[in-house]
Amino acid sequence: MELNALTAHQLLKEIAAGGSGSRDIVSGLVARNKQLNQRVKGYVRLDDSGESLIDDRSSGSGVLKGIPISVKDNICTKGLNTECCSQILQGFKPPYDATVIRKLKQAGVCVFGAKTNMDEFAFGSSTENSCFGPTSNPWNLECVPGGSSGGSAAVVASDQAVWALGSDTGGSIRQPASFCGVVGMKPTYGRVSRYGLIAFASSLDQIGPITKDTRDCAILMNAISGHDPLDSTSVDIEVPDFTESLTGDIKGLKIGIPKEYFVEGLDKEVKAVIEEAMEKLKSLGAKCLPVSLPHTEYAVPVYYIIATAEASSNLARFDGVQYGLRNKDLKQGLIDMYKRTRQEGFGQEAKRRIILGTFVLSHGYYDAYYLRALKVRTLIKQDFDRAFRDVDCLITPTSPTPAFRIGERIKDPLKMYLSDIFTISANLSGIPAISVPAGFTRKGLPVGLQILSEPFTEGMLLRVAHAFEQNTPWHKEKPKL
Amino acid sequence: MNYQPVIGLEVHLHLKTKSKAFCGCSTEFGKEPNSQVCPVCLGFPGSLPVLNQTAFFYAVKTGLALNCSIAEFTKFDRKNYYYPDLPKNYQISQYDMPIASEGFLDIESEGKPKRVGIIRVHLEEDAGKLIHRDDSSCVDFNRAGIPLLEIVTKPEINSPLEAYEYLTLLKSTLEYLDVSDCDMEKGSLRCDANVSVRKKSETTLGTKTELKNMNSFKGVRDALAYEIDRQIEVLGSGGKLIQETRLWDPQKLKTHPMRSKEEAMDYRYFPEPDLPPFVIAKDKCAQIKREIPELPRQKVLRFMKEYNLSAYDARVLASSKSNALYAEECLVNYSGKDKKQIVNWLTGALLSQARSRNCPLSGLKVTPSDLIKLVGFVEKQQVSALSAKTVLAQMISTGRAPEEIIKEKNLSQICDESSLEAFIEEAIKENPKSVKDYQQGKQNALMFLVGQTMKKSKGKANPKVVQELLKRRI
Amino acid sequence: MQIKEDTLNYLAHLGRIELEAQESKILSGQLKDILDFIDQLKKVDIKDVSATSHILSISNVLRDDLSGESLTREDALKNAPVKEGNFFVVPKVIE
Repeated sequence: MELNALTAHQLLKEIAAGGSGSRDIVSGLVARNKQLNQRVKGYVRLDDSGESLIDDRSSGSGVLKGIPISVKDNICTKGLNTECCSQILQGFKPPYDATVIRKLKQAGVCVFGAKTNMDEFAFGSSTENSCFGPTSNPWNLECVPGGSSGGSAAVVASDQAVWALGSDTGGSIRQPASFCGVVGMKPTYGRVSRYGLIAFASSLDQIGPITKDTRDCAILMNAISGHDPLDSTSVDIEVPDFTESLTGDIKGLKIGIPKEYFVEGLDKEVKAVIEEAMEKLKSLGAKCLPVSLPHTEYAVPVYYIIATAEASSNLARFDGVQYGLRNKDLKQGLIDMYKRTRQEGFGQEAKRRIILGTFVLSHGYYDAYYLRALKVRTLIKQDFDRAFRDVDCLITPTSPTPAFRIGERIKDPLKMYLSDIFTISANLSGIPAISVPAGFTRKGLPVGLQILSEPFTEGMLLRVAHAFEQNTPWHKEKPKL
Repeated sequence: MNYQPVIGLEVHLHLKTKSKAFCGCSTEFGKEPNSQVCPVCLGFPGSLPVLNQTAFFYAVKTGLALNCSIAEFTKFDRKNYYYPDLPKNYQISQYDMPIASEGFLDIESEGKPKRVGIIRVHLEEDAGKLIHRDDSSCVDFNRAGIPLLEIVTKPEINSPLEAYEYLTLLKSTLEYLDVSDCDMEKGSLRCDANVSVRKKSETTLGTKTELKNMNSFKGVRDALAYEIDRQIEVLGSGGKLIQETRLWDPQKLKTHPMRSKEEAMDYRYFPEPDLPPFVIAKDKCAQIKREIPELPRQKVLRFMKEYNLSAYDARVLASSKSNALYAEECLVNYSGKDKKQIVNWLTGALLSQARSRNCPLSGLKVTPSDLIKLVGFVEKQQVSALSAKTVLAQMISTGRAPEEIIKEKNLSQICDESSLEAFIEEAIKENPKSVKDYQQGKQNALMFLVGQTMKKSKGKANPKVVQELLKRRI
Repeated sequence: MQIKEDTLNYLAHLGRIELEAQESKILSGQLKDILDFIDQLKKVDIKDVSATSHILSISNVLRDDLSGESLTREDALKNAPVKEGNFFVVPKVIE
């Protein structure tokens, strides 16, 4: 197999055996980018040569020495453009590295200079809301890769990256991982530092890995997890070696099947894939039990209140004063400068969310919308607390449908919002969740299995996902490009 | 004439911390623009706040000193509004759960005690500074993120003088706590006022105006006085007041409405998701309470009681913590019966010297024990009151002990009769007419002779002793 | 729920976004759909339910009052679209 198709743990073996070095790996990726980026468009600001500045200036000699990583455009990389795929952040070069980037560099990882495509400010589920245009799904170029971390998932799936970082606010890692047939994890809220992640919804955002298999996911989690004194919401709790969870043994585990996830709107083929996965897990010794998460149907409306409220405030700073775009019409006053800068700089979805978020917080509506949403959030969280008293983890489809066609949902925001119906609850509850490849539709589109567990038990997710992966062929499938 | 002013004050003060509220940037004043900034206080994308614990506990301490109840559970909220000095276009502040609430400060105004209620004390971050030019404004973010404490009174202040007294005592209290520099010139203390007037018979509040841009306590007093007169005049002539913000012009001594268009503020407060909440345990509260020193008001009352000082003297001495400490050391160790003797030195010559040097009493190189010695020499008439002033001036400039200076400058007073004999003899001999005049009953003549004797002694003779001796001789 | 035109304009002003007439019209319809959808929350019984504004059960995250490094002025101002000397520059603010 070509170097660019290998996983990080395979490459580490290669490097250790003296077979190839970092440079060979990078040139393999560059060649692949040159061949594919024009079609997949997973990277932004990457020229036709496929080459991009590799940032290994402060690379240490850690355990991941020589392995490159691709990074979503909303994670700050010192001196490298970080624009959230928004015009308003045009040309923004952060003067600092996000904590995850600093940790990765210390571990020896080099950061690929071109960032991966995303929905502007992570507002979307298809990567169509990017000022650079949409990314294509490597399995079917006419389909979306999912979103918002669609670029990261697509470049991993198409072997244009070894692995990648994404961010997940309502499913933005797991849903594209599912659409692109790769592994994606949203860690527990507070497990990975958010310092340097350009905030969408601060109480929901987490950075996480998108990888070719579960072992890489565990290795990347080892590298990025842990308490960060720069993030008040990062929890000071021991980080286990996640690779130790990859035992292959799930005998006796109790797996909950939430009935609210298998209802109308769930694609038949997706349903069949998940049922087959359930059987597989049973055959490996796990017990599957029905459970109920009664407030599931309210997750999407709660999410769109809380996430837009926080976003409207988080995005207020993009005003043309300190960085990014500025409308320079000299005759205008200050307020006009703000308004025109933001009119030009934000895309439709960003404007929609800012207005909606402003509305739910505004005088006279706060209690009816925002406060009510915070209360229903409590109920959603309690659903999970109750379920985890009886089971070790839950399994669900990651998304109700496989990848949809580019343009299919873009005009109907509500329909797009419903793409996240199965992933949002984990963010609202702060719990960790993973999506692993679980099969394909007849048309050859990947379907992901989502596993959820209690806070700070990512090891449990990896244990189940790994056992499933090792006993199924899906993660080895590659798109024909 | 029948109107009563109703005033509420909102004080913002910088807490005296090394670093800013949510980042490690220095809080030092007067540095080059935008030299004390980082991704956090500039609100750069991706940056996150982490609260400075010193700022947090200073806020608790201040709340306790102002007799507030301290929240067991508190949190921060975002106050959303656009302004170019506000890097994130929201301010991290506190909305419905301030660190401290429902307290009071007991002041005295025109000799009468008055209790001013405190609604709330909360912690927030300061904004940057705008420098206006002809066609644009420049922004300096050095100040952005400095921990700011907001202290809001109930609308219970009824005169500009009361407002002035409240601010003076508040400032002195804060200095005692050592939580703020309280320097209005440097902007580390700012005060806005809400003021309205109502007929004395009414119970509802009148239409208020918010006053801003006062840069001294005197400015607050004057602005309030002006604004109260203005409001009474408008109402008296049958006019109507509008609720508005007015700026004080310290040159013209007038208030004028703000030029910018005011809009209804809709700050869209919501809990700051980047900062988990805070729990203030009862024992932590008790510990902080124990660290609070005796506060100015208590000190005044105690000085009056223990040292028999007048209210005025006690207030003068207690207005600063360091001066009170110095004064008390003098008062405790001064063995003379009448403490007034030493108090006069403290509140008079010493304090005026300290003020002119802009330093505390302890900064004057005169130790309390040396001051006590000097006052003792005067009492025992070993040095004249006049000479003592010269001695004190020397003590202040050199830090030397009074006895050394007296000896060196030969300033000790002559009380010894045999030593004075010669001078008196001479004076009598040289002024026979005066002697005669005195003998004929002219009292003035005696004073003249005393003066002549003093001259002979080069001012060192004790005039009282000289007078006695002269009387006996002639 | 339909957001009235003046409410939409007010929200756009609060969020400092200029909206063109056509944009407003489309947005208004989309917001109606979204709000109608969100209105299903009214069915939920939230009596005696506390609000979750922080999902973690941690509290009192504080740092020591130590002054650390600041950015160089060059780095602080590097991204500024309009600057002069050591300052960020904005259109004149009227007070």
